[in-house]
Amino acid sequence: MAPRKTASVSSRKAAAKPAKKDFAGGTIAEFSKEAELKAYREMLLIRRFEEKAGQLYGMGFIGGFCHLYIGQEAVVVGMQLALKEGDQVITGYRDHGHMLACGMSARGVMAELTGRRGGLSKGKGGSMHMFSKEKHFYGGHGIVGAQVSLGTGLAFANRYRGNDNVSLAYFGDGAANQGQVYESFNMAALWKLPVIYIVENNRYAMGTSVSRASAQTDFSQRGASFGIPGYQVDGMDVRAVKAAADEAVEHCRSGKGPIILEMLTYRYRGHSMSDPAKYRSKDEVQKMRSEHDPIEQVKARLVEKGWASEDELKQVDKEVRDIVADSADFAQSDPEPDVAELYTDILL
Amino acid sequence: MPVEILMPALSPTMEEGTLSKWLKNEGDKVASGDVIAEIETDKATMEVEAVDEGTIGKLLIAAGTEGVKVNTPIAVLLQDGEAAGDIASAKTEAPKPAAAEAPAPAAAPVAAQPKAEIPSDPAIPAGTEMVTITVREALRDAMAEEMRADDDVFVMGEEVAEYQGAYKITQGLLQEFGPRRVVDTPITEHGFAGIGVGAAMTGLRPIVEFMTFNFAMQAIDHIINSAAKTLYMSGGQMGAPIVFRGPSGAAARVAAQHSQCYAAWYSHIPGLKVVMPYTAADAKGLLKAAIRDPNPVIFLENEILYGQSFEVPKLDDFVLPIGKARIHRVGKDATIVSFGIGMTYAVKAAAELEAQGIDVEIIDLRTIRPMDLPTVIESVKKTGRLVTVEEGYPQSSVGTEIATRVMQQAFDYLDAPILTVAGKDVPMPYAANLEKLALPNVAEVVEAVKAVCYK
Repeated sequence: MAPRKTASVSSRKAAAKPAKKDFAGGTIAEFSKEAELKAYREMLLIRRFEEKAGQLYGMGFIGGFCHLYIGQEAVVVGMQLALKEGDQVITGYRDHGHMLACGMSARGVMAELTGRRGGLSKGKGGSMHMFSKEKHFYGGHGIVGAQVSLGTGLAFANRYRGNDNVSLAYFGDGAANQGQVYESFNMAALWKLPVIYIVENNRYAMGTSVSRASAQTDFSQRGASFGIPGYQVDGMDVRAVKAAADEAVEHCRSGKGPIILEMLTYRYRGHSMSDPAKYRSKDEVQKMRSEHDPIEQVKARLVEKGWASEDELKQVDKEVRDIVADSADFAQSDPEPDVAELYTDILL
Repeated sequence: MPVEILMPALSPTMEEGTLSKWLKNEGDKVASGDVIAEIETDKATMEVEAVDEGTIGKLLIAAGTEGVKVNTPIAVLLQDGEAAGDIASAKTEAPKPAAAEAPAPAAAPVAAQPKAEIPSDPAIPAGTEMVTITVREALRDAMAEEMRADDDVFVMGEEVAEYQGAYKITQGLLQEFGPRRVVDTPITEHGFAGIGVGAAMTGLRPIVEFMTFNFAMQAIDHIINSAAKTLYMSGGQMGAPIVFRGPSGAAARVAAQHSQCYAAWYSHIPGLKVVMPYTAADAKGLLKAAIRDPNPVIFLENEILYGQSFEVPKLDDFVLPIGKARIHRVGKDATIVSFGIGMTYAVKAAAELEAQGIDVEIIDLRTIRPMDLPTVIESVKKTGRLVTVEEGYPQSSVGTEIATRVMQQAFDYLDAPILTVAGKDVPMPYAANLEKLALPNVAEVVEAVKAVCYK
């Protein structure tokens, strides 16, 4: 067996890299009390939602594939804090966290997971295929890497329409090796499209570690041959993500073309629900959880700065749990789609 | 109230497993995410994590127990302030039975797929001037007209702008509409097809030109998985109003990788429309319709037909319905159904057969999906005999699809088995003599029609 890398996130952190032109990189955004509380609440919602989804999967309410986002919450929550109305988001199959962060309803997501009519896709899409025109969320894609070309197309549309919106195309370290990613990089750079490519490097493409699949493991530099700047970011620290997001969004909005953010992150759970995760050690997982957990980091700061008491945080926990419990109840009691839905939504 | 922890299903197919090991004992505190037990499934040993916080009150299933059914309570978790005495009042994690255990619903009758009503071709006003133009010009005119009418329409592809089109279909478009709307792409079909679909998901109306549909094999994932399926997967929220167009099928002496008809391939896919015109009028009217269509449309052209001339009505806005066949020649003795370049064989065969006293009706399908079977069946009811003609491979061809459906829906009207004329079941050879043999020919069509007429 190949030796495992057990470097912690902090040792791979952006701060270790020299700052590059036009981009401070590795900076930590100053968070107000309100921002910390918002980040705490949103990350906790994703965490609790995913735990509940895992539980419902275990009980047979959720079928097929179910990829949980636990551990990676700071990435999408931090990015979302930098966006404005009309900015678009697209991602792969590990998408529940992105949808919640985009403001899509917990009920709608959970009921889609259970395949019920109140699901965001009326029960016809499932875990990997949900969309929201209203929230500018373009899926939820089950084909690894497809969202990168599609997300570049969203940016193309923004430029075509002459607005200043940006699109965020999330993909994993596994997808980063797909050919269409580089076709997209080329066109995005050629046409200066406002797209932020966010590589969520959680170290494993299913069961294959980055070092076993990638000749160049610094994904932030994967755009180098197209002249696309890229930066590594501590994806476990929501403030670092927000700081990078602010700069990247500004870069895109000001017409400088695409940019790559490599988020150094970690998924605590297996690739999908049926993955025993034997390709990594328990110590590695435990170390990440105990030393770098994105939610615990915020919680510790809130308490340390006296911005929230334990009781206040417990109140947030309760509110989040209530939202999740409500979504789970709904997702179990909502009826399955009407059988007539079999033949709807094929053509307009 | 104490919470029962249930035996989880850890794969889509798991029904029971072995509770191999407890990692927490009675009295231990657990937090969300803590591993509490290990379970062996038929595939692997998996860890069970706690969802709720609390103290393990009681372990209900001993370590090493085999065959523990999914959803059996395996432990009781006490929450803040609860004692072992509360265990009896434990509630299960979820009050309702798992969907998997619910009684199978009675097979509810599912209404057949609703058939959209497709209008007939618009009437051409009396006295309309007919102009003779090539298929190439008709396609260009269709795009130009639609681009003038709607700023959301743009064309992208290899060599569509500066070079004026590899086959000169986009001639003049760059000069009229500029580089914003006539976009030269690098040679990256997979990538630009995905960019086109992404743009279409926001409501733009891209026309993606493939230099040939052979190269679209690199992009077929986006055509099918991204464009055709999104409307369904999104519960109707979001689709892709996009046209993929370009030449399909054999040209001349370009051999196996550049000579393949994609009509049958794409016609397999729900969520796509597939158009394959023969005449210049149909090319123009159907391409305009395809650009306006809110669904992804595959528009299959043919390099050999590009230079052929036909009459096209001179109208400001000549649009034809997608999904409607056209009776190209009225006859009574046998029906030939064809489309695209296949029509050239059908038309010549009909002339020869006329000389031999057989009066053939020719139906130009024009659209492969949705397929206008009613028009075919109406004709078969009259003639009782049917031959299909296409250049594509014979297995799972458009012809075999037509034959199957006519057999199922109009068996009693048939006076002879349906014959299908297609390309031969070989990759396209390069040598001139072999290439000729690989394609269908007029004699084969004549023979097939005579055979179904028992002559």
